[in-house]
Amino acid sequence: MKSCLIVDDSKVIRMVAKKILHDLAFETVEAADGQQALDACKANMPDAVLLDWNMPVMSGIEYLRELRALPNGNLPVVVFCTTENDIEHIQEAIEAGANEYIMKPFDSEIIQAKFTQVGLL
Amino acid sequence: MGSEYFDYIRDLLKDRSGLAVSLDKTYLIDTRLLPVARKHGYDTIVDMVKALKIRHNEALVVEIAEAMNTHESLFFRDVEPFELFKNIILPQVLQRRKDTRRMRIWCAACSSGQEPYSLAMLLHEEAHRLSGWNMEIVATDISHSVLARAKEGLFSQFEVQRGLPVQMLVKHFAQEGDYWRISDKIRKAVTFKAFNLLTDPRGLGRFDVVFCRNVLIYFDLETKRKVLDALGGVIAPDGVLFLGSSESTIGLTEQLWPVEAGLGVYKHTGSPPSLAELP
Ligand SMILES: C[S@@+](CC[C@H](N)C(=O)[O-])C[C@H]1O[C@@H](n2cnc3c(N)ncnc32)[C@H](O)[C@@H]1O
Repeated sequence: MKSCLIVDDSKVIRMVAKKILHDLAFETVEAADGQQALDACKANMPDAVLLDWNMPVMSGIEYLRELRALPNGNLPVVVFCTTENDIEHIQEAIEAGANEYIMKPFDSEIIQAKFTQVGLL
Repeated sequence: MGSEYFDYIRDLLKDRSGLAVSLDKTYLIDTRLLPVARKHGYDTIVDMVKALKIRHNEALVVEIAEAMNTHESLFFRDVEPFELFKNIILPQVLQRRKDTRRMRIWCAACSSGQEPYSLAMLLHEEAHRLSGWNMEIVATDISHSVLARAKEGLFSQFEVQRGLPVQMLVKHFAQEGDYWRISDKIRKAVTFKAFNLLTDPRGLGRFDVVFCRNVLIYFDLETKRKVLDALGGVIAPDGVLFLGSSESTIGLTEQLWPVEAGLGVYKHTGSPPSLAELP
Protein backbone atom coordinates (compact mmCIF):
# COMPACT_ATOMS: atom_id res chain seq x y z
CA MET A 1 0.00 0.00 0.00
CA LYS A 2 1.33 3.45 -0.91
CA SER A 3 1.37 6.20 1.67
CA CYS A 4 0.26 9.80 1.30
CA LEU A 5 0.91 12.65 3.70
CA ILE A 6 -1.96 15.13 3.72
CA VAL A 7 -0.83 18.63 4.68
CA ASP A 8 -3.57 21.19 5.27
CA ASP A 9 -4.50 23.44 8.18
CA SER A 10 -8.19 22.77 7.59
CA LYS A 11 -9.42 19.68 9.35
CA VAL A 12 -12.38 19.45 6.97
CA ILE A 13 -10.15 19.42 3.90
CA ARG A 14 -7.92 16.78 5.49
CA MET A 15 -11.00 14.66 6.12
CA VAL A 16 -12.28 15.00 2.56
CA ALA A 17 -8.83 14.26 1.10
CA LYS A 18 -8.38 11.31 3.46
CA LYS A 19 -11.66 9.76 2.33
CA ILE A 20 -10.72 10.15 -1.36
CA LEU A 21 -7.22 8.74 -0.83
CA HIS A 22 -8.49 5.76 1.16
CA ASP A 23 -10.82 4.97 -1.74
CA LEU A 24 -7.73 5.04 -3.98
CA ALA A 25 -6.06 2.55 -1.60
CA PHE A 26 -3.58 4.93 0.03
CA GLU A 27 -2.48 4.82 3.61
CA THR A 28 -2.65 8.37 4.97
CA VAL A 29 -0.82 10.47 7.54
CA GLU A 30 -1.91 14.02 8.37
CA ALA A 31 -0.13 17.25 9.21
CA ALA A 32 -1.65 20.66 9.96
CA ASP A 33 1.29 22.80 8.82
CA GLY A 34 4.66 22.62 7.03
CA GLN A 35 6.67 22.05 10.20
CA GLN A 36 4.55 19.08 11.25
CA ALA A 37 4.83 17.75 7.70
CA LEU A 38 8.61 18.07 7.76
CA ASP A 39 8.80 16.23 11.08
CA ALA A 40 6.58 13.49 9.68
CA CYS A 41 8.85 13.13 6.63
CA LYS A 42 11.99 12.94 8.75
CA ALA A 43 10.40 10.10 10.72
CA ASN A 44 9.00 8.33 7.66
CA MET A 45 9.27 9.37 4.00
CA PRO A 46 5.83 9.00 2.33
CA ASP A 47 5.31 8.01 -1.32
CA ALA A 48 3.16 11.06 -1.95
CA VAL A 49 2.38 14.43 -0.39
CA LEU A 50 -0.84 16.37 -0.95
CA LEU A 51 0.15 19.88 -0.01
CA ASP A 52 -1.73 23.09 0.85
CA TRP A 53 0.03 26.42 0.32
CA ASN A 54 -1.09 28.82 3.03
CA MET A 55 -0.66 27.46 6.53
CA PRO A 56 0.47 28.85 9.89
CA VAL A 57 3.98 28.15 11.25
CA MET A 58 5.41 26.98 7.90
CA SER A 59 3.87 27.39 4.46
CA GLY A 60 3.63 24.65 1.86
CA ILE A 61 6.27 26.15 -0.40
CA GLU A 62 8.77 26.58 2.46
CA TYR A 63 8.13 22.99 3.49
CA LEU A 64 8.66 21.77 -0.08
CA ARG A 65 12.05 23.49 -0.37
CA GLU A 66 13.17 22.01 2.94
CA LEU A 67 11.82 18.59 2.00
CA ARG A 68 13.73 18.51 -1.29
CA ALA A 69 16.95 19.31 0.62
CA LEU A 70 16.52 16.33 2.99
CA PRO A 71 18.21 12.99 2.34
CA ASN A 72 15.72 11.04 0.19
CA GLY A 73 13.60 14.19 0.11
CA ASN A 74 13.46 13.94 -3.67
CA LEU A 75 11.57 10.65 -3.45
CA PRO A 76 8.00 11.70 -2.56
CA VAL A 77 5.73 12.82 -5.37
CA VAL A 78 4.44 16.20 -4.26
CA VAL A 79 1.08 17.44 -5.46
CA PHE A 80 0.06 20.94 -4.41
CA CYS A 81 -3.62 21.36 -3.62
CA THR A 82 -4.42 25.00 -3.02
CA THR A 83 -6.68 27.97 -3.72
CA GLU A 84 -3.60 29.82 -5.01
CA ASN A 85 -4.51 29.29 -8.65
CA ASP A 86 -2.58 31.92 -10.54
CA ILE A 87 0.19 31.06 -12.93
CA GLU A 88 2.92 32.73 -10.83
CA HIS A 89 2.21 30.47 -7.86
CA ILE A 90 2.09 27.42 -10.11
CA GLN A 91 5.43 28.33 -11.65
CA GLU A 92 7.00 28.93 -8.26
CA ALA A 93 5.75 25.52 -7.11
CA ILE A 94 7.21 23.73 -10.14
CA GLU A 95 10.54 25.47 -9.62
CA ALA A 96 10.56 24.40 -5.97
CA GLY A 97 10.12 20.80 -7.07
CA ALA A 98 6.37 20.14 -7.10
CA ASN A 99 5.33 17.31 -9.43
CA GLU A 100 1.73 18.36 -9.94
CA TYR A 101 -0.67 21.09 -8.96
CA ILE A 102 -4.35 20.94 -8.10
CA MET A 103 -6.35 24.15 -7.98
CA LYS A 104 -9.12 24.08 -5.41
CA PRO A 105 -11.98 23.34 -5.44
CA PHE A 106 -10.99 19.75 -6.12
CA ASP A 107 -12.93 16.50 -6.26
CA SER A 108 -12.07 12.82 -6.32
CA GLU A 109 -11.93 12.81 -10.11
CA ILE A 110 -9.27 15.51 -10.24
CA ILE A 111 -7.17 13.85 -7.53
CA GLN A 112 -7.43 10.56 -9.34
CA ALA A 113 -6.52 12.12 -12.70
CA LYS A 114 -3.50 13.94 -11.26
CA PHE A 115 -2.27 10.95 -9.26
CA THR A 116 -2.55 8.80 -12.39
CA GLN A 117 -0.58 11.35 -14.39
CA VAL A 118 2.35 11.33 -11.99
CA GLY A 119 2.37 7.54 -11.86
CA LEU A 120 1.01 7.08 -8.33
CA LEU A 121 -1.96 5.06 -9.59
CA MET B 1 -43.86 8.72 -24.12
CA GLY B 2 -45.92 6.69 -26.63
CA SER B 3 -43.91 4.37 -28.84
CA GLU B 4 -44.64 6.28 -32.05
CA TYR B 5 -43.00 9.35 -30.50
CA PHE B 6 -40.06 7.32 -29.27
CA ASP B 7 -39.69 5.80 -32.74
CA TYR B 8 -39.70 9.25 -34.30
CA ILE B 9 -36.87 10.48 -32.05
CA ARG B 10 -34.93 7.22 -32.43
CA ASP B 11 -35.09 7.39 -36.24
CA LEU B 12 -34.19 11.06 -36.28
CA LEU B 13 -31.08 10.42 -34.15
CA LYS B 14 -29.95 7.40 -36.13
CA ASP B 15 -30.44 9.30 -39.33
CA ARG B 16 -28.74 12.52 -38.27
CA SER B 17 -25.77 11.52 -36.10
CA GLY B 18 -25.87 7.73 -35.99
CA LEU B 19 -26.68 7.78 -32.29
CA ALA B 20 -28.44 4.59 -31.22
CA VAL B 21 -30.87 4.85 -28.30
CA SER B 22 -32.42 1.72 -26.93
CA LEU B 23 -35.69 1.66 -25.02
CA ASP B 24 -33.86 1.42 -21.69
CA LYS B 25 -32.19 4.77 -22.42
CA THR B 26 -35.42 6.71 -22.79
CA TYR B 27 -34.61 8.59 -19.59
CA LEU B 28 -31.77 10.20 -21.55
CA ILE B 29 -34.25 11.46 -24.09
CA ASP B 30 -36.35 12.91 -21.28
CA THR B 31 -33.53 14.68 -19.46
CA ARG B 32 -31.81 16.05 -22.56
CA LEU B 33 -34.76 16.92 -24.77
CA LEU B 34 -37.21 18.41 -22.30
CA PRO B 35 -35.11 21.59 -22.03
CA VAL B 36 -35.07 21.81 -25.85
CA ALA B 37 -38.85 21.35 -26.02
CA ARG B 38 -39.42 24.00 -23.33
CA LYS B 39 -37.07 26.43 -25.05
CA HIS B 40 -39.17 26.14 -28.19
CA GLY B 41 -42.42 26.67 -26.30
CA TYR B 42 -43.64 23.08 -25.94
CA ASP B 43 -44.74 21.68 -22.60
CA THR B 44 -43.66 18.13 -23.37
CA ILE B 45 -41.43 16.22 -25.75
CA VAL B 46 -44.55 14.59 -27.22
CA ASP B 47 -45.94 18.02 -28.10
CA MET B 48 -42.66 18.90 -29.80
CA VAL B 49 -42.68 15.66 -31.82
CA LYS B 50 -46.33 16.17 -32.79
CA ALA B 51 -45.49 19.62 -34.10
CA LEU B 52 -42.45 18.31 -36.00
CA LYS B 53 -44.54 15.61 -37.62
CA ILE B 54 -46.91 18.24 -38.91
CA ARG B 55 -44.26 20.68 -40.01
CA HIS B 56 -40.55 19.97 -40.38
CA ASN B 57 -38.27 22.43 -38.59
CA GLU B 58 -34.66 21.87 -39.60
CA ALA B 59 -33.14 24.06 -36.89
CA LEU B 60 -35.05 22.20 -34.20
CA VAL B 61 -34.08 18.80 -35.61
CA VAL B 62 -30.41 19.82 -35.57
CA GLU B 63 -30.79 21.03 -32.00
CA ILE B 64 -32.40 17.75 -30.95
CA ALA B 65 -29.62 15.67 -32.51
CA GLU B 66 -27.03 17.91 -30.87
CA ALA B 67 -28.63 17.83 -27.42
CA MET B 68 -28.47 14.03 -27.40
CA ASN B 69 -24.74 13.84 -28.08
CA THR B 70 -22.23 13.29 -25.30
CA HIS B 71 -19.33 15.71 -25.63
CA GLU B 72 -17.29 14.60 -22.68
CA SER B 73 -13.57 14.78 -23.37
CA LEU B 74 -10.30 15.34 -21.60
CA PHE B 75 -6.68 16.12 -22.40
CA PHE B 76 -4.46 13.09 -23.05
CA ARG B 77 -7.45 10.82 -22.48
CA ASP B 78 -6.32 7.40 -21.21
CA VAL B 79 -2.65 8.54 -21.41
CA GLU B 80 -1.37 5.40 -23.25
CA PRO B 81 -2.64 6.21 -26.77
CA PHE B 82 -0.72 9.46 -26.62
CA GLU B 83 2.45 7.77 -25.35
CA LEU B 84 2.14 5.23 -28.16
CA PHE B 85 1.62 8.01 -30.65
CA LYS B 86 4.69 9.87 -29.45
CA ASN B 87 7.06 6.97 -28.89
CA ILE B 88 6.12 4.49 -31.62
CA ILE B 89 3.84 5.91 -34.30
CA LEU B 90 5.39 9.34 -34.76
CA PRO B 91 8.97 8.02 -35.22
CA GLN B 92 7.63 5.49 -37.75
CA VAL B 93 5.85 8.12 -39.78
CA LEU B 94 8.89 10.42 -39.65
CA GLN B 95 10.97 7.59 -41.07
CA ARG B 96 8.47 6.57 -43.75
CA ARG B 97 7.67 10.08 -44.90
CA LYS B 98 11.17 11.47 -44.79
CA ASP B 99 11.06 12.20 -48.52
CA THR B 100 7.82 14.17 -48.60
CA ARG B 101 8.22 15.54 -45.04
CA ARG B 102 4.50 15.70 -44.72
CA MET B 103 2.30 14.16 -42.03
CA ARG B 104 -1.47 14.39 -41.75
CA ILE B 105 -3.46 13.59 -38.61
CA TRP B 106 -7.25 13.54 -38.31
CA CYS B 107 -9.23 13.75 -35.06
CA ALA B 108 -12.60 12.55 -36.30
CA ALA B 109 -14.78 13.37 -33.28
CA CYS B 110 -12.80 16.10 -31.60
CA SER B 111 -15.49 17.53 -29.28
CA SER B 112 -14.21 20.70 -27.54
CA GLY B 113 -10.65 20.20 -28.79
CA GLN B 114 -8.80 18.44 -25.97
CA GLU B 115 -7.72 15.57 -28.22
CA PRO B 116 -6.25 17.54 -31.17
CA TYR B 117 -4.69 20.07 -28.78
CA SER B 118 -3.06 17.23 -26.83
CA LEU B 119 -1.52 16.03 -30.10
CA ALA B 120 -0.44 19.55 -31.04
CA MET B 121 1.29 19.94 -27.67
CA LEU B 122 3.08 16.60 -28.15
CA LEU B 123 4.26 17.66 -31.61
CA HIS B 124 5.47 20.90 -30.08
CA GLU B 125 7.66 18.91 -27.64
CA GLU B 126 9.13 17.12 -30.64
CA ALA B 127 9.69 20.33 -32.59
CA HIS B 128 13.43 19.74 -32.82
CA ARG B 129 12.79 16.68 -35.02
CA LEU B 130 10.12 18.35 -37.11
CA SER B 131 11.81 21.34 -38.61
CA GLY B 132 11.08 21.51 -42.31
CA TRP B 133 8.09 19.22 -41.84
CA ASN B 134 4.57 20.04 -42.87
CA MET B 135 2.44 18.73 -39.99
CA GLU B 136 -1.29 18.97 -40.31
CA ILE B 137 -3.90 18.21 -37.65
CA VAL B 138 -7.46 18.26 -38.98
CA ALA B 139 -10.08 18.12 -36.23
CA THR B 140 -13.76 17.56 -36.99
CA ASP B 141 -17.03 17.05 -35.17
CA ILE B 142 -20.68 17.05 -36.15
CA SER B 143 -21.57 19.59 -33.49
CA HIS B 144 -21.14 23.25 -34.38
CA SER B 145 -21.36 24.34 -30.77
CA VAL B 146 -18.45 22.17 -29.58
CA LEU B 147 -16.42 23.21 -32.62
CA ALA B 148 -16.95 26.85 -31.72
CA ARG B 149 -15.65 26.12 -28.22
CA ALA B 150 -12.72 24.16 -29.60
CA LYS B 151 -11.71 27.00 -31.91
CA GLU B 152 -11.97 29.48 -29.06
CA GLY B 153 -9.49 27.37 -27.07
CA LEU B 154 -10.81 28.56 -23.72
CA PHE B 155 -11.04 25.91 -21.00
CA SER B 156 -12.40 25.97 -17.46
CA GLN B 157 -10.25 25.32 -14.42
CA PHE B 158 -11.93 21.94 -14.12
CA GLU B 159 -11.13 21.01 -17.74
CA VAL B 160 -7.45 21.96 -17.57
CA GLN B 161 -7.04 19.77 -14.50
CA ARG B 162 -8.27 16.66 -16.23
CA GLY B 163 -5.37 14.92 -17.95
CA LEU B 164 -3.21 17.97 -18.67
CA PRO B 165 0.20 17.89 -16.94
CA VAL B 166 0.71 21.14 -15.02
CA GLN B 167 3.99 21.80 -16.86
CA MET B 168 2.02 21.92 -20.12
CA LEU B 169 -0.62 24.14 -18.55
CA VAL B 170 2.03 26.66 -17.60
CA LYS B 171 3.76 26.41 -20.95
CA HIS B 172 0.83 26.56 -23.34
CA PHE B 173 -2.01 28.39 -21.56
CA ALA B 174 -2.66 31.90 -20.37
CA GLN B 175 -5.00 32.61 -17.49
CA GLU B 176 -8.15 34.65 -18.11
CA GLY B 177 -10.04 34.94 -14.84
CA ASP B 178 -11.23 31.45 -13.95
CA TYR B 179 -10.48 30.25 -17.48
CA TRP B 180 -7.37 29.23 -19.35
CA ARG B 181 -6.74 30.07 -22.99
CA ILE B 182 -4.51 27.90 -25.16
CA SER B 183 -1.63 29.68 -26.91
CA ASP B 184 -1.99 30.87 -30.50
CA LYS B 185 0.85 28.62 -31.51
CA ILE B 186 -0.97 25.45 -30.42
CA ARG B 187 -4.35 26.70 -31.59
CA LYS B 188 -3.05 27.44 -35.06
CA ALA B 189 -1.57 23.96 -35.35
CA VAL B 190 -5.11 22.57 -35.56
CA THR B 191 -7.66 23.10 -38.35
CA PHE B 192 -11.24 22.68 -37.16
CA LYS B 193 -14.08 21.76 -39.53
CA ALA B 194 -17.61 20.45 -39.27
CA PHE B 195 -17.91 16.88 -40.50
CA ASN B 196 -20.52 14.17 -40.03
CA LEU B 197 -19.02 10.68 -39.78
CA LEU B 198 -22.07 9.28 -41.55
CA THR B 199 -20.92 11.01 -44.74
CA ASP B 200 -18.07 10.26 -47.15
CA PRO B 201 -14.73 11.43 -45.71
CA ARG B 202 -12.69 11.21 -48.91
CA GLY B 203 -12.97 14.95 -49.44
CA LEU B 204 -10.72 15.43 -46.39
CA GLY B 205 -7.85 13.65 -48.11
CA ARG B 206 -5.60 10.87 -46.89
CA PHE B 207 -4.26 10.53 -43.36
CA ASP B 208 -1.26 8.89 -41.74
CA VAL B 209 -2.94 8.81 -38.34
CA VAL B 210 -6.64 8.93 -37.45
CA PHE B 211 -7.99 9.35 -33.94
CA CYS B 212 -11.65 8.32 -33.83
CA ARG B 213 -12.10 7.83 -30.13
CA ASN B 214 -15.18 7.41 -28.00
CA VAL B 215 -17.77 8.01 -30.65
CA LEU B 216 -18.36 4.56 -32.21
CA ILE B 217 -19.68 3.43 -28.81
CA TYR B 218 -22.79 5.50 -29.44
CA PHE B 219 -23.55 3.90 -32.83
CA ASP B 220 -25.36 0.66 -33.69
CA LEU B 221 -23.51 -2.20 -35.45
CA GLU B 222 -24.50 -1.23 -38.95
CA THR B 223 -23.35 2.38 -38.44
CA LYS B 224 -20.07 1.27 -36.81
CA ARG B 225 -19.37 -0.93 -39.85
CA LYS B 226 -20.09 1.86 -42.29
CA VAL B 227 -17.96 4.39 -40.45
CA LEU B 228 -15.02 2.01 -40.04
CA ASP B 229 -15.10 1.07 -43.73
CA ALA B 230 -15.12 4.73 -44.66
CA LEU B 231 -12.19 5.44 -42.30
CA GLY B 232 -10.32 2.55 -43.91
CA GLY B 233 -10.68 4.38 -47.20
CA VAL B 234 -8.86 7.52 -46.02
CA ILE B 235 -6.16 5.93 -43.86
CA ALA B 236 -2.92 5.57 -45.84
CA PRO B 237 -1.88 1.95 -46.56
CA ASP B 238 0.77 2.25 -43.83
CA GLY B 239 -1.33 4.52 -41.60
CA VAL B 240 -2.97 3.80 -38.25
CA LEU B 241 -6.29 4.28 -36.50
CA PHE B 242 -6.68 4.96 -32.78
CA LEU B 243 -9.99 3.93 -31.23
CA GLY B 244 -11.33 4.45 -27.70
CA SER B 245 -10.53 1.92 -25.00
CA SER B 246 -13.90 0.16 -25.29
CA GLU B 247 -14.02 0.21 -29.10
CA SER B 248 -12.61 -2.21 -31.69
CA THR B 249 -12.66 -3.07 -35.38
CA ILE B 250 -12.93 -6.79 -34.75
CA GLY B 251 -15.95 -8.31 -36.45
CA LEU B 252 -16.88 -4.95 -37.97
CA THR B 253 -14.56 -4.37 -40.91
CA GLU B 254 -12.21 -6.38 -43.07
CA GLN B 255 -9.95 -3.39 -43.57
CA LEU B 256 -8.44 -2.58 -40.21
CA TRP B 257 -6.89 -4.99 -37.74
CA PRO B 258 -5.38 -4.56 -34.28
CA VAL B 259 -1.65 -3.85 -34.43
CA GLU B 260 -1.46 -5.86 -31.23
CA ALA B 261 -4.26 -7.01 -28.95
CA GLY B 262 -5.37 -4.46 -26.39
CA LEU B 263 -3.40 -1.46 -27.67
CA GLY B 264 -6.32 0.37 -29.27
CA VAL B 265 -4.31 0.89 -32.49
CA TYR B 266 -5.39 -0.57 -35.83
CA LYS B 267 -3.90 -0.75 -39.31
CA HIS B 268 -4.63 -2.21 -42.73
CA THR B 269 -2.20 -5.08 -42.50
CA GLY B 270 -2.44 -5.82 -38.79
CA SER B 271 -2.85 -9.36 -37.65
CA PRO B 272 -6.32 -10.85 -38.02
CA PRO B 273 -7.42 -11.87 -34.52
CA SER B 274 -7.27 -15.40 -33.25
CA LEU B 275 -10.66 -17.04 -32.70
CA ALA B 276 -10.50 -16.35 -28.98
CA GLU B 277 -10.58 -12.61 -29.58
CA LEU B 278 -13.66 -12.59 -31.77
CA PRO B 279 -16.73 -11.29 -29.98
C1 LIG C 1 -17.51 11.65 -26.22
S1 LIG C 1 -16.98 12.77 -27.45
C2 LIG C 1 -15.36 12.16 -27.80
C3 LIG C 1 -14.32 13.26 -27.82
C4 LIG C 1 -12.88 12.78 -28.00
N1 LIG C 1 -12.69 12.06 -29.23
C5 LIG C 1 -12.42 11.95 -26.82
O1 LIG C 1 -12.20 10.75 -26.96
O2 LIG C 1 -12.29 12.50 -25.72
C6 LIG C 1 -17.95 12.29 -28.85
C7 LIG C 1 -18.09 13.34 -29.92
O3 LIG C 1 -18.59 12.73 -31.11
C8 LIG C 1 -19.37 13.67 -31.80
N2 LIG C 1 -20.22 12.96 -32.76
C9 LIG C 1 -21.34 12.24 -32.50
N3 LIG C 1 -21.88 11.78 -33.65
C10 LIG C 1 -21.07 12.20 -34.65
C11 LIG C 1 -21.10 12.06 -36.08
N4 LIG C 1 -22.08 11.37 -36.68
N5 LIG C 1 -20.13 12.66 -36.78
C12 LIG C 1 -19.13 13.35 -36.18
N6 LIG C 1 -19.06 13.52 -34.85
C13 LIG C 1 -20.02 12.96 -34.09
C14 LIG C 1 -20.12 14.38 -30.69
O4 LIG C 1 -20.58 15.66 -31.12
C15 LIG C 1 -19.05 14.45 -29.58
O5 LIG C 1 -18.39 15.68 -29.57
